[in-house]
Amino acid sequence: MPEPTGAVQQGLDRSRSSARIPRYLHPGAWWLWAIGLAVAASQTTNPALLMLILVVVGFVVQARRPDAPWARSFGFFLKLAALVVVIRVLFQVVLGEPIGNLVMINLPSVKLPDWLAALRLGGPFTVESLVFAFCNGLRLAVLLACFGAANSLASAARLLKAMPPALYEIGVAVVVAMTFAPQLVSDLTRIRTARRLRGRPTRGLRGLAGSAAPVFDGALDRAVSLAATMDARGYGRSARVSVRSRRLNAILTLGGMVGVCLGVFGVMQNQWAPGFSLMLLVVGLLAAMAGLWLGGKRAVRTRYRPDPWRTPEWAVAGSGLAAGCLVIWGAWSQPEAMAIVVTPLSWPALPLIPTLGILLALIPAVVAPSPPVIGSSSPSSEPTSPVLPKAGPQ
Amino acid sequence: MIEFSDVTLTYTARKTPTLLDVNLHVPEGDLALLVGRTGSGKSTLLRCINGLVPHFTGGRLVGKVTVAGRDTRTNPPRELADVVGFVQQDPTNGFVTDTVEEELAYGMETIGVAPQTMRRRVEEVLDLLGLASIRHRPLLSLSGGQRQRTAIGSVLTTNPAVLVLDEPTSALDPGAAEEVLAALQRLVLDLGMTIVLAEHRLERVIQYADSVITVDSDGRVTMGPPAEMMIDAPVQPPVVELGAQLGWRPLPLSVRDARRRSAAWRADWSAQHAAHHAAHHAARQTAQQAAHPEKALPTRSFSNPWKIKRSPDPDESPSLAEIRDVVVRYGPLVALGGADLTLKSGEIVALMGRNGAGKSTLLSCLVGLISPNRGTARIGLDKVDPASLSGRELLRRVGLVPQQAGDLLYEESVEAECSQSDKDCDAAVGTTRRLLDRFSPGVDPETHPRDLSEGQRLALALSIVLAAQPPLILLDEPTRGLDYPGKAAFAATLRALAQDGHGVVMATHDVELVAEAASRVVIIADGEVVADGPTADVVVSSPIFAPQVSKILRPAPILTVGQALAAWSHLLDPT
Repeated sequence: MPEPTGAVQQGLDRSRSSARIPRYLHPGAWWLWAIGLAVAASQTTNPALLMLILVVVGFVVQARRPDAPWARSFGFFLKLAALVVVIRVLFQVVLGEPIGNLVMINLPSVKLPDWLAALRLGGPFTVESLVFAFCNGLRLAVLLACFGAANSLASAARLLKAMPPALYEIGVAVVVAMTFAPQLVSDLTRIRTARRLRGRPTRGLRGLAGSAAPVFDGALDRAVSLAATMDARGYGRSARVSVRSRRLNAILTLGGMVGVCLGVFGVMQNQWAPGFSLMLLVVGLLAAMAGLWLGGKRAVRTRYRPDPWRTPEWAVAGSGLAAGCLVIWGAWSQPEAMAIVVTPLSWPALPLIPTLGILLALIPAVVAPSPPVIGSSSPSSEPTSPVLPKAGPQ
Repeated sequence: MIEFSDVTLTYTARKTPTLLDVNLHVPEGDLALLVGRTGSGKSTLLRCINGLVPHFTGGRLVGKVTVAGRDTRTNPPRELADVVGFVQQDPTNGFVTDTVEEELAYGMETIGVAPQTMRRRVEEVLDLLGLASIRHRPLLSLSGGQRQRTAIGSVLTTNPAVLVLDEPTSALDPGAAEEVLAALQRLVLDLGMTIVLAEHRLERVIQYADSVITVDSDGRVTMGPPAEMMIDAPVQPPVVELGAQLGWRPLPLSVRDARRRSAAWRADWSAQHAAHHAAHHAARQTAQQAAHPEKALPTRSFSNPWKIKRSPDPDESPSLAEIRDVVVRYGPLVALGGADLTLKSGEIVALMGRNGAGKSTLLSCLVGLISPNRGTARIGLDKVDPASLSGRELLRRVGLVPQQAGDLLYEESVEAECSQSDKDCDAAVGTTRRLLDRFSPGVDPETHPRDLSEGQRLALALSIVLAAQPPLILLDEPTRGLDYPGKAAFAATLRALAQDGHGVVMATHDVELVAEAASRVVIIADGEVVADGPTADVVVSSPIFAPQVSKILRPAPILTVGQALAAWSHLLDPT
């Protein structure tokens, strides 16, 4: 069969580069965007800015979320975020040191022994404490929401596919593990059914213990059978490379990792000259990347329909990172506007630069291509009974 | 294309070789079919072709295996991935990615096919196997036939010279099997691909095979043209068994060939039947009936010497199970929409129908795993609701052998399994073991249930269920994984149980088992009972549910080889 001619190919490329055509954005772009917003959120306890980030994230998710099972996780993350806020406030009620003097409720306090004098249980609870705890909890909640947004905008499997070739095999292992989980659940249902048929307990500790062994047996069988198939399909084929190149690769990767660790340690601890730790970090990163690149040359594999990185990707990743940078800048120039002030209790300020930065992160809702609509994602025409799931013969 | 020279294979823990002195030559473009009893080494032979044996499984291989000129000694399976496509029995266990399209591309990615070529080949294979409409679907949402076709497609994309399939249709219902076989045939006829496959359901594939490779239990392997090799093959589908017994040469392999060979007999039968019928008719004819002869013709109730034996009239027997207008829903999905069924003592009822038609759900209702949304399911003479029972009370009334019989087994040895089962149902010590010896004599008590053959495992599960002596026995797909001799033994067991007054309901796709054992057939479609009647009545006229013998000898209402041979000798020698 003839290869497509150059002209046809060019045409394809041109038409695909248009942002109007629905396609999946590169998952890396969504993750960079979310990381930028998460960095922004981590810089502030100002509830106005935090709520603004939450609104921006929610709006973009709503606008560009694909119609796929993994994309429905955002709601779950929001619930988790709400729970985090509630827990943070409860902790403040029970254990927190009172701030300010607007007492809302006076809880009975427990006298703790001397060696626990630093802790406090109960006592007066003030409005200031409530606001302070809420804003702190909100910061964590917004971080969670950013993570959830990345999860529902970009499929984890696609992100793994975009990993550098040297890490590909780890990626496959993760994908396989993810598909094993639902099968374990269906196995467990089947085994419990069988236990009932033999008149054995299905609930409680004994029931669980009795079901665990057969379930793991089954999982092991499946793993062996999967390994055989993957071997037969060429998994782990590698090009022949010289011993020198392999050694160089090992040295670069290991040395780079050590450099990164030391560099991070130095930056966090502030014990060494800042220039030195920063240099260590950069050199380590470069060495590790070179190692990955060299390792990638050993892999013979190619990629089917890789996600391209085009203008919309730059715009999405850039807008998120810009938001992060502008908020950091704001925190540096107007530190007093970034934290919630509770003594005296006052309305939060809305500093100009961070606000504009966060609003920049709305850009993806317009420039990112809308995800493709998959009409045939309906469930199978051959439903299987949830009680006696069909499974392959042993 | 595939060469075995003096190959002997011994697995590490075994004393005797699994394959002995194998010399084979499979030419390019052949469809070669492996035939042998369960556990005879068919899978081992298949896995030798791409080097999974011994590279992956271990063991000692003497001799030489080459595929397209490449020696498997120096080429491990992954290096042969572009020459041999290997599809195992349960495709779900081999899926690496999560959608159809990505699965098709995976093999090409690992061997480093250029992106442009990859893109093109995926489209070609999607069309070749009719997968284009489901290309974006998650693999777990596919039906059995779609999964198997995706698995075949996923190895086809690497453009292999040889396709190796281990029981591609054994676990599929007849419709899905048709899908897969049609795809395979297309590969052989249109693309000239070399295919080697093992299959239990020989009746589905034997007519397409160019050569047959028999694997004996002692590891010896012979190869030859199908019509010669099948005459004394260790396993024979009904059409072959009939032809072999009647001495038809060359042996007919398809229903069409066998019908041609039996044309004379069928003509004789029709003549005799007509004569017999005319006499019968004349004696009982009334003037009114003469006016409406088509109404008076009792099509199936003629009394002839080869009349199918049925169980004694079930109307008098007590009813063991009753399902009245049962509706079961899983969310928006209606699994059963008002089904009715009554089972009498001494009956063997076969539930047939597509996958997902509601067969398993019906069994689940009878054992109380599911409470119907509407209607009632009652079992026993005292009509109790099975969902209200638990523990021993349930064991004594009803026993279900699930689709994977092994699910019922969780002890470390057959002996432990048997004694535990005696304890579970307060039976006398040794009850389960005695039952097991009846169904499958000579099982080593020290064996781990996992190491039993498919048939032995089924026998053990059945013995455990029967130890509590439940009057009602339910079986979900009992014969998948059983070969013909195994099925015959199983059918005999079922008939013995019915003689003892048990009632049996089995959900099955296996028309030959139904012909051998069932007294009544209930066909379920879309959650409703669409046919319910004696086996011969329901089965003979159906194009899908008719057993092979019945297709060959139609219109004579003969279902099994045994009945056919009896009828044959009667016709040749009417005294």
